[in-house]
Amino acid sequence: MRILIELFLIFAKIGLFTVGGGYAMIPLITQEITKRNWLTLEGVIDIIAISEMTPGPFAINSATFIGVRQMGLIGGAAATIGVVVPSFIIVVLVAKYFTRVKDHPVVKAILSGLRPAVIGLISSSTYTIARNAFISRTAGNLTMSINWRSIVIFVLALAGIMKLKIHPALMILICAALGIILYVWI
Amino acid sequence: MSSSTLKKSLKLFTVFFRIGAFTFGGGYAMIPYIEREIVENNKWIKSEDIIDIFAIVQSVPGVIAVNSSTFVGYRVAGIFGALAATLGVVLPSYILIAVIAMFLYNFKEYPFVNEAFYGIQAGVAALMCHVVFKLGKTGIRNGYALVLAMAAFLALTVFGAPAIPVLLAAGVIGLVSMAIRNKNKKEGEENR
Repeated sequence: MRILIELFLIFAKIGLFTVGGGYAMIPLITQEITKRNWLTLEGVIDIIAISEMTPGPFAINSATFIGVRQMGLIGGAAATIGVVVPSFIIVVLVAKYFTRVKDHPVVKAILSGLRPAVIGLISSSTYTIARNAFISRTAGNLTMSINWRSIVIFVLALAGIMKLKIHPALMILICAALGIILYVWI
Repeated sequence: MSSSTLKKSLKLFTVFFRIGAFTFGGGYAMIPYIEREIVENNKWIKSEDIIDIFAIVQSVPGVIAVNSSTFVGYRVAGIFGALAATLGVVLPSYILIAVIAMFLYNFKEYPFVNEAFYGIQAGVAALMCHVVFKLGKTGIRNGYALVLAMAAFLALTVFGAPAIPVLLAAGVIGLVSMAIRNKNKKEGEENR
């Protein structure tokens, strides 16, 4: 029981102090869980790799992973609920308040600046994902190679979404299959 | 809970479960699914509101993907909607990671995992490229917006700036530009 509560509280703290999402929280998570010997640094790197290769955010994945390794499915649930609860409360309050103030001129003015900036942020993360997909770096960033197979998959996927209106989830399955076909057999 | 709230919450749960199961590559990567399921198929929220939601949830603590699910769920069906959407988006990772944590010790060494992942990465890039075009069409209608978007893009990509200060600056720019516009309008009226 003590470990369950500890898992919940530690991950609630991680959830509360993670602002901006993404990999900004890796140092915090690493610090909290290596301090308690819940996981070694290699374990953290494994979770990062698993998070990149499975759906779902790193914070949720590491909470589930560590919770399950410590105390099975219940431990996983305690940690995962912990990481979600603080932001859930805050977001619900913000959502409730926001619908009332969103037509206020000052809020409208702020949003007129935020909207284009968010599109810029989304473009930036698109660029990073595309660069990681198209270019592999090896030997300490000294050599680069272009993954032409990934570029072929990218072009086919873009055409599939724009022209054939294939559902994004189906598209991801098709791309996984294309990855196996192109990278294993050709 | 009214029956329409219950119905909407159940629908939110299944929609966000699907989104959670297929969102590879971070919070923004879920926008293509939200566009398709929430905006186009169910018409619960307008396309331009999605940008606002992502602007807001970035600035509060928590994981972007989970926060935006909570926000969308709340907007569609109140607190039960928020619960349903949040549970839905988290559950697929919970199940998958629990299985990996219990049974698979060398996940990456399994056959075809790496190759499938290369394909998925290229696919995510394509989905997001498409969504940038779509959001750009509704969100960037003049030179001012284009300059702001490019500045934010460069700040992150070239200079490695964190997202929150960039958003803060953009909010201030929005406020100042409105103040200037109002002042010009007032002066224009006085000169008439």
